[in-house]
Amino acid sequence: MAHPYMANSVATVREEMLHGAGASTIDELFAPIPDAHRLRRPLALAPQLGAEAELRRHLLDLLGKNATCESTLSFLGAGSYRHHVPAICDEIAARPEWLTSVWGTPASDQGRFQAWFEYASELAELLALDFVGLPVYSYGCAAGHALRMAARTTGRRRVLLPAVLDPERAAVIANYLGSPDLPSHLRAGQIGYRADGRLDLDALAHELTDEAAAVYVENPNFFGVIEDGIGEVAEMAARVGAELVVGVDPISLGVLAPPGELGAGIAVGTIQTLGVHMNAGGGVGGFIASRDEERYAREYPTLQVSVCDTIEPGERGFGIALFAQTSYGAREQGNDWTGNSVYMWAVVNAAYMALMGPAGFAEVGEAIVRRGTYAAARLGELPGVAVRFGEGFFKEFVVDFTETGRSVAEIDAALRKRGIFGGVDLSAHFPELGQSALYCVTELHTKDDIDRLARELGEVIR
Amino acid sequence: MTRSLRRYHAASWDEPTIMELGRPGRRGVVLPPVEEEIRREVPDATALVPERARRRVPPALPELSEWEVYRHYLRLSQQTLGMMGVSLFGTCTMKYNPAVSEALSRTAEVREVHPRQHPETQQGMLEVVHRLDLALRELSGMDRFVFQPGGGADAAYLQACITRAYHAARGELGQRNEIVTTIQAHPCNAATAAAAGFTVVTLPIERDGYASLEALKAALSQRTAALMVNNPDDMGIYNPHITEWVKAVHEVGGICFYDHANFNGVMGRIRARELGFDACMFMLHKTFGAPKGGGGPAVGAYGCAEDLAPFLPGPLVVEHEGRFALQEPDGVGRVREFLGNLPQVFKAYAWVRAMGAEGIAEASDLSVLANAYMDARICRIRGVTRSHPDLDTRRMEMTRYSLETLTRETGVTVLDVQNRMTDFGIDAFWLSHEPWIVPEPFTPEAGETWSKEDIDEWLDVLAHVCEEAYTTPEIVRGAPHNQVSHRIDPSGLDDPERWATTWRAYRRKHGA
Repeated sequence: MAHPYMANSVATVREEMLHGAGASTIDELFAPIPDAHRLRRPLALAPQLGAEAELRRHLLDLLGKNATCESTLSFLGAGSYRHHVPAICDEIAARPEWLTSVWGTPASDQGRFQAWFEYASELAELLALDFVGLPVYSYGCAAGHALRMAARTTGRRRVLLPAVLDPERAAVIANYLGSPDLPSHLRAGQIGYRADGRLDLDALAHELTDEAAAVYVENPNFFGVIEDGIGEVAEMAARVGAELVVGVDPISLGVLAPPGELGAGIAVGTIQTLGVHMNAGGGVGGFIASRDEERYAREYPTLQVSVCDTIEPGERGFGIALFAQTSYGAREQGNDWTGNSVYMWAVVNAAYMALMGPAGFAEVGEAIVRRGTYAAARLGELPGVAVRFGEGFFKEFVVDFTETGRSVAEIDAALRKRGIFGGVDLSAHFPELGQSALYCVTELHTKDDIDRLARELGEVIR
Repeated sequence: MTRSLRRYHAASWDEPTIMELGRPGRRGVVLPPVEEEIRREVPDATALVPERARRRVPPALPELSEWEVYRHYLRLSQQTLGMMGVSLFGTCTMKYNPAVSEALSRTAEVREVHPRQHPETQQGMLEVVHRLDLALRELSGMDRFVFQPGGGADAAYLQACITRAYHAARGELGQRNEIVTTIQAHPCNAATAAAAGFTVVTLPIERDGYASLEALKAALSQRTAALMVNNPDDMGIYNPHITEWVKAVHEVGGICFYDHANFNGVMGRIRARELGFDACMFMLHKTFGAPKGGGGPAVGAYGCAEDLAPFLPGPLVVEHEGRFALQEPDGVGRVREFLGNLPQVFKAYAWVRAMGAEGIAEASDLSVLANAYMDARICRIRGVTRSHPDLDTRRMEMTRYSLETLTRETGVTVLDVQNRMTDFGIDAFWLSHEPWIVPEPFTPEAGETWSKEDIDEWLDVLAHVCEEAYTTPEIVRGAPHNQVSHRIDPSGLDDPERWATTWRAYRRKHGA
C-alpha cells in the first residue's frame, strides 16, 4: 500500500522512474556505498503507525501524561514565561506558506522577508536601538554572541558578568567564552550584588579596568529586580573603553527604560515573551540589537534583513545585509556562526508587537508590576515567609522560606498536590539566600489566583 | 515543449510595512483589567519602577485593530512561495510536514508546558524525548541523543564544545587545537570549530569529488582534536574511504563527528557508529518531517558513543521502570537553555512512527531514485553539466550541477535561472555553499515527498528556462516577472550609509 507521505510509493511510478533513470533495480543506485559499510538487517524501530487515526491516538496518550500551566496554577518563570498569546499569533505561525518554507529569493518569499524586517523594526522601537539582526537560538546564546562581538570591537579578552544570572543562561554563556586551554578564551569576572539585589557598582568599579571588553548587565536581573544604575554602568564602561551589553525582557519595555537610552551599545534578550508559547522550553529565542554603527554591525554573526531597492524604480525590496561576514559567507573566517535559528518566531513576534502597540506594552508592564506587587505583599504576610529585596521588581521576585523550616522542594511538592506549581527553587545555585524561590507573576494571574496561592501556601507551611 | 507550463502569478498585495499602517488609538489586543482591590492596594505602578529606570517616551509602535494585523500577516504569508509550488532545495530535504503532528503540537499539552515543571508533571514530553532518542540510536548505532542544539549548526557547535571537554579531561586540549574538515563539508563545521577556539584545517576536494585519504593523513597529527565531515557531501558524492578516514583520525587520538545533514539517501543503509564515528547529528527539521519555519525553530539532534556521553550537555532524560526523570551530567553544561525545541522533537517522533522502519527505508530508496531519475533528464538539457563530469559513480540523494556552459554561451547566470524559475511557481533551488568550487552551481534534491509529476514539472521549467537563455535571454535576465516583487538591487546592503535593518534606520537614512 502506498504511504500517504510518499507520492512515488506506487510500484508503477517507481518502475517509470527506474526506467527514466536507466536502472533496473533501486539497489544498483546504491552502488557507491561499499558492501562493508552497509547495515545488514532491517531497522528495528517501534512498529509503524501508518494510519493517522492510530498515530493520533498514540500521540494523544503520550501528551495526556503532561500537566500544563493552563490546568495547573503556575508561578514558574526563570527564562520561560506564560504570557497571553493572542490567537492571531497562533494562526499566523500555522500558515504553511512560511511555516514550511526554507529560503527562497527576496522576490518570491518577499512576504517573509518583510515580516522579518517588521520584527526588527518593532523591536528597535522597544529597545531604542537602530540595528537589529535576525534572532538567535536563545537569550543565553544572544548574550554569548554579544560578548564575543564586544571582544572583537575592543580587541580585549575579559568580560564582567553579574553574579545574579540565571544558571541555565550562565551555563550557555560559559561555553561561548571558550576554554582557558585555548588562546581565544575570554576570561570572566563576576560582579556581586548589594543587599537590595542590585548590581554592586563599587565591586564593578574595582573590577572594571581597561582590560575589560564588556560589562554585561540584565534588566530586570534574574531575581526580577529592576536595575536602577545602568546609566552609571554605561559611564563607567565608557571611561575604560569597554562595551556595555544590556540584557532585557522586551515585554518590560512599556514601563522600563529602553537599553538604547541607558547607554547600551549592544542589547540582547528573549523573544519568547513576545507572543510565543513556552512549548516545554522550545519557545525560547534571543535577539541581538545595537546602535547602527559599523563598529557593531560588522561584528554580527547573524543575518539581517535590510530595506533595499529593486530593479523596478520606486519599488521597495528586502534583502540580506552583511551576508559575507557570516559563516555562510566566510566559513571559519566569519563572525562565530549562524544557521537555522528561530525565524518563525520572529514573524510571530512581529504580529505580537503590532497587536500590542504602545498602549498594550504600557498596560502589560503596569499590570505585571501591580499584580506582582500585590502577590509579594500577600506572600510576605505569611509567617516565616519573607520577600527579599523589597520593591522595584518586574514579573519575578524572591521569596525566602528559610524561617518556615521547610525546604523549597518540600513546599513545591505540597503545592503540586494542591494543583499549584510554586516558584523556581534557588537554593542550589544561590545558597546565600537559604531556602528561597523565584516566583513569577504575569498579566494572566488574577487576584483570585494570587489569593489562592497565598492561602494554600499558608496551609502548606503551617 | 511537450506540455504547457503552469500559468502562474504570485500574490502581490503591494502591502506597506506594518510601521506605515494604523491610526493612533487603535488597539489590537486588550488585557484583563486589574481588579479593583489590587488597584487600591497598588495605585501607581509607575512609582514602583525606580525613577532612573522608567520609560519616558512610549515606543513608536504601530496602532492597529485585530483584523488589520491579521490581514496584514495573511497577505505577507501569501507573498511567500516556499513549498506552495515545487521546492527541491538541496541539502535541506524539503518534505511534507504532516498535519496531524502540527495540529497536536498546538495543544496545551505541548504549548503550555513549562520547562521547569517537575518531571512528574511532564512525563509525556520526557517520554517523547526518550522514545525519539531510542529511534535515533537505532538509526545511527550511537548510544545516546540530546536535542538541545537549536539547529544543525548548533549541533556542530556542541561537537566543538564536547571536543574541547573530551581533550581537556585528558589534559591534551592545549596541544590538540586543530579540527579537520573538508571544503565540501557544511560551513558550520569550520565556523563552529573556530568559534570554539580551534584552528581549522580544511582539505580540498580532489578528482573523485572528495578529499583524498592521503591529504587527510598529511593533515593529521598530535594536534588533531577532531574530524568534522559530511558524507555524502553536498554534491551527493559518497566517500567510499570514510572508514579509513575514521581509522586514521583515531590513530592520532582525534574524535570523529559525522554531520548527517544529508541523511535522507542513506537511512537504514548505513549507521554512523558502524562506520567508526564517535558522534553524529541529524536535523529533525529536514530529514525527520518537522517544518523549517523559514529558518527554525530547528533541532540538531546530537548523538554520541558511550565514550563521549559523559560530556553531553544537561539535563538528560533518563528512564526507570517506565517513569522519566532529569539527570544533570558533569558535561559541557548547556549550549542553549532547556531541553530543546520539544515541539519539533514531538513532530519528529510522530514522523518516525508514521513511517516505521519500512517507510524510512522506502523514503531513502525513493530519494535516491528521484535523484537518478532527474539526473538522466537534467544531463540532456543544453547548457547544464554535472559536477565532476569525469566521475561515473552515481550520486546519492542530490547532485551538484553547473550552468557554466550556459553562462558562457548566453551570459545568463545561475541566479537568473533561479529567479526565472520562480515565475512558474518553482521555489528557488539551492546553489552551493561558499566557496563555489563548481561555477554557477545548483543542487536540487527531490526526496520522497514530491511526486513524479512534480519532479517532471520542475524539470520542464528548468528545461524551458535554459532554452529561453539561448533564445530570449533578456527574459531570463530580467526575471522574475510574475513574482511578488522584482529582483532586488543588492548594492546598498553592505553600505552603512544605505543599509537599514529597522524602520528607525530607514527613516533616518532615506527620509521616509
